[in-house]
Amino acid sequence: MVIARRFGATQPVSQLWLVLAIAMVRFYMEKGTHKGLYKSIQKTLKFFQTFALLEIVHCLIGIVPTSVIVAGVQVSSRIFMVWLITHSIKPIQNEESVVLFLVAWTVTEITRYSFYTFSLLDHLPYFIKWARYNFFIILYPVGVAGELLTIYAALPYVKKTGMFSIRLPNKYNVSFDYYYFLLITMASYIPLFPQLYFHMLRQRRKVLHGEVIVEKDD
Amino acid sequence: MQPVKAKVEILDAKTREKLCFLDKVEPHATIAEIKNLFTKTHPQWYPARQSLRLDPKGKSLKDEDVLQKLPVGTTATLYFRDLGAQISWVTVFLTEYAGPLFIYLLFYFRVPFIYGHKYDFTSSRHTVVHLACICHSFHYIKRLLETLFVHRFSHGTMPLRNIFKNCTYYWGFAAWMAYYINHPLYTPPTYGAQQVKLALAIFVICQLGNFSIHMALRDLRPAGSKTRKIPYPTKNPFTWLFLLVSCPNYTYEVGSWIGFAIMTQCLPVALFSLVGFTQMTIWAKGKHRSYLKEFRDYPPLRMPIIPFLL
Repeated sequence: MVIARRFGATQPVSQLWLVLAIAMVRFYMEKGTHKGLYKSIQKTLKFFQTFALLEIVHCLIGIVPTSVIVAGVQVSSRIFMVWLITHSIKPIQNEESVVLFLVAWTVTEITRYSFYTFSLLDHLPYFIKWARYNFFIILYPVGVAGELLTIYAALPYVKKTGMFSIRLPNKYNVSFDYYYFLLITMASYIPLFPQLYFHMLRQRRKVLHGEVIVEKDD
Repeated sequence: MQPVKAKVEILDAKTREKLCFLDKVEPHATIAEIKNLFTKTHPQWYPARQSLRLDPKGKSLKDEDVLQKLPVGTTATLYFRDLGAQISWVTVFLTEYAGPLFIYLLFYFRVPFIYGHKYDFTSSRHTVVHLACICHSFHYIKRLLETLFVHRFSHGTMPLRNIFKNCTYYWGFAAWMAYYINHPLYTPPTYGAQQVKLALAIFVICQLGNFSIHMALRDLRPAGSKTRKIPYPTKNPFTWLFLLVSCPNYTYEVGSWIGFAIMTQCLPVALFSLVGFTQMTIWAKGKHRSYLKEFRDYPPLRMPIIPFLL
């Protein structure tokens, strides 16, 4: 019963990402360019990414074995990229870097959810396990590069328009500068990305090579 | 007849390696004394960073526990865990409170490089800004004095990394709020003097309340002891909040900051109050649970931090 419930939760999500992947491939095959790709898939992407909030619930109730904090960071950064960058800053929608992170996300999610689905069915082909613990080695840096390059491309527009910012003076005596916020966000990748990357590398050594890793004490 | 001396062996909780063997230990020796003996052979592990337990994954034994009262044979096996570098509570409190006091004043006096050069060392024309500085400074001076003269701490030390975490929180928020309140473009409260007077009243009442509770808690516990008793209202009306709440000191603290937020009408202050409230609620619930567990006759009407609600 538990297995069936878990299966029901993971299956639709991997379908969603497959649909997105197919839409992207078809667009490229028909148009021969990535320009306008974002515009064509944006509704689907936004729907899925918001759906991804469910991810956190999955972790909370234990369907998916990732920690809530890791999932939280992942989902927040995705929602941030989709809604606060790509959706809101139209001029950068045709940047190559957008395709870069879209491809990275799509392949990662299809691999990851196939892994969960097959694991639950107790019939995990070695290839899926191999893919889950090896693809990230390339996909993580590619995705991060895509995200950072996109944010960087957006900076001039943010500065010029002063979007999402509050200036002084105002009734609540607060200010917010989206431009500097983006700079700080980009800088935060420096401590955060290696932590996630090395965490996955450690998981990989444990799962694929049966190494016993002594975890740090709490 | 001579009492039989006990033997104690101390093993590492993770590796089970034998770290120390103490023979000729007095049976009525306390864990504190055993920790001192252990430090002699391993000076880098001073008593404050030792956790000794009967079970490698069990709870730490208390310093006051007596050896012969523990469920051990003639040779006691204790497991050791290193708690990491420790720092005294007093040191942490003094550092984390002195920061905001000093930092706020840097902004109040508009020290150079914070606001534009034409504003260096100028003074705000709004009364509320001067009042806010007095309140904020009073609040932290009060905290420093309470740390030195009022509070009686259960624990001597906490992990060293806490000082970095705590100071970032206190100093960071102090700088953030002080920046806006003392800004040349600061906007005074919408309802003017009325709003400021009301907010000041809330602030003062809550500060008095908070101090009263600290004094009441101090009087519950004799100097040098670690006893725990149920706190009850005293003749001081501010302590009557004990009838409804387990941790009225936190209730009054949140009240003070809400007062300060209304007085300054500054969103960062409101956010600081919210974060503080969240943390204090977690602490209050923990304290409330401990009281319930330890005292069968604990007053049932009391809630952790907000009367009737939370």
